[in-house]
Amino acid sequence: MYPEDLHYTKQHEWVRVSGDVATVGITDYAQKELGDVVYVDLPRVETKVEQGKVMGSVESVKAVSDIYSPVSGQVIEINGTLATAPEKLNESAQGDGWMVKIRLSVPAEVQGLLSAADYEKYIAEESGH
Amino acid sequence: MPVVPLKTTALHATHVRMGAKMVDFGGWEMPLQYSGILEEHAAVRNAVGLFDVSHMGEIEIHGPEAGALTDYVTTNAVARLKPRRAQYSALLYRHGGFVDDILVHKYRVRPDGYFLCVNASNQEKDFEHIASVHGFQATVELVSDRYTQLAIQGPRAKDALQWVTALPVHLLPYYGFLDDKVADIPARIARTGYTGEDGFEIYFAPEHSDRVWNAILDAGQQYGIKPCGLGARNTLRLEAGMALYGHEIHASITPFEAGLGWIVKLDKGEFIGRAALLRQREQGITRKLIGFEMTGRGIGRDDYEVLIDGAPSGWVTSGGPSPTLKKNIGMCYLPVDRAKAGQSIQIVIRGQPVDAVTIAMPFYRRVK
Repeated sequence: MYPEDLHYTKQHEWVRVSGDVATVGITDYAQKELGDVVYVDLPRVETKVEQGKVMGSVESVKAVSDIYSPVSGQVIEINGTLATAPEKLNESAQGDGWMVKIRLSVPAEVQGLLSAADYEKYIAEESGH
Repeated sequence: MPVVPLKTTALHATHVRMGAKMVDFGGWEMPLQYSGILEEHAAVRNAVGLFDVSHMGEIEIHGPEAGALTDYVTTNAVARLKPRRAQYSALLYRHGGFVDDILVHKYRVRPDGYFLCVNASNQEKDFEHIASVHGFQATVELVSDRYTQLAIQGPRAKDALQWVTALPVHLLPYYGFLDDKVADIPARIARTGYTGEDGFEIYFAPEHSDRVWNAILDAGQQYGIKPCGLGARNTLRLEAGMALYGHEIHASITPFEAGLGWIVKLDKGEFIGRAALLRQREQGITRKLIGFEMTGRGIGRDDYEVLIDGAPSGWVTSGGPSPTLKKNIGMCYLPVDRAKAGQSIQIVIRGQPVDAVTIAMPFYRRVK
């Protein structure tokens, strides 16, 4: 469910690092909590994002939620599919439903993110199970 | 702060076992969704859905002057209600604001008996409101504990329900009801609903909840029945332009403002709130409920501010995506001279004004 090669945040984003580029999305837990996603708002390519700051939002039928950038850097690619097929987020939050690719400006930030085991423990506590 | 345990319905364990996502809904732990709001919404529009709405309250008023009392506390004309028929109505304060919106069922004649279906979180307040009226020979009882309420809604609702009752349900008129049996359990079967589709609401003793729930799901399987949560119930009623207490209507809103003048019968005689409504009818209302659809990109949601020409002019009462119409819709209060279809407005969405236009309601009307 939560691959060990990804890093996670308490705001339910995931990060996959390859070289100096991080692919970012929301976790499967987050998409389940949101329910049917109807809109995904992403930053434009070249936007500078900062760790912990809002970079976009996801709207489900029920509610709207902010997406926080888990790392600092510059957006180099966005997943255009989500504009026309937001349901991809529900179908494959940690795969085809990725959101943005960010060129890391502070690679060391990644070390401060949660491991898969820590994240699973965190959501177990949050959901009260 | 003391933690108040959430109230649950007799089907709570069943919802959890069936994988429903449970949420706190006005103090009740209720299913928000089973398979997903969009899927459940589509099931009700195209086939049939089953909802546990046992959180709703029931009040009985009976006795020689039950009709007179019910007429005195509600806005619609109870005296014109035929036996085994229901009517949409409201309980008002003296100042004309809503205590609640309700369904009044006339279940018995001589002595008169009325069965009120009221909103979950208002039931104690409604009961107090009615029971505090003196001078009528009538008994008022809060009887919510005696009922499980299920809603079977959608174009195939009658087909699904017909498998579990001997009552020829297609002969039941809209807003008519009868006491019969469902899955061999005595039940009140009413052709009412809150989805904009054909359908039924049934009331029966809570100890039989699982039996009836399962029987309807089994019978409905051939029609594609889906168990549904309150998430879909909300998107369905929004498309149908139906009011929700706490959103479109509350203590500072009158029926005229909410577009519910049709449930007010000023000529029926005295009732609580009548003087205030007469006054408002003479003076005219200053604000009115109107539908809107987003023309810009964004979803106008509950409580968002509405601008006209950049000036604050109203607020969104309910808003969200319409799964059937594939648009973003909502309802809002606007100054009465602006509350007409075709008015350009802007909804302030997370600090940004986004274009929308007012449109007539309902947004969705089923093909009969």
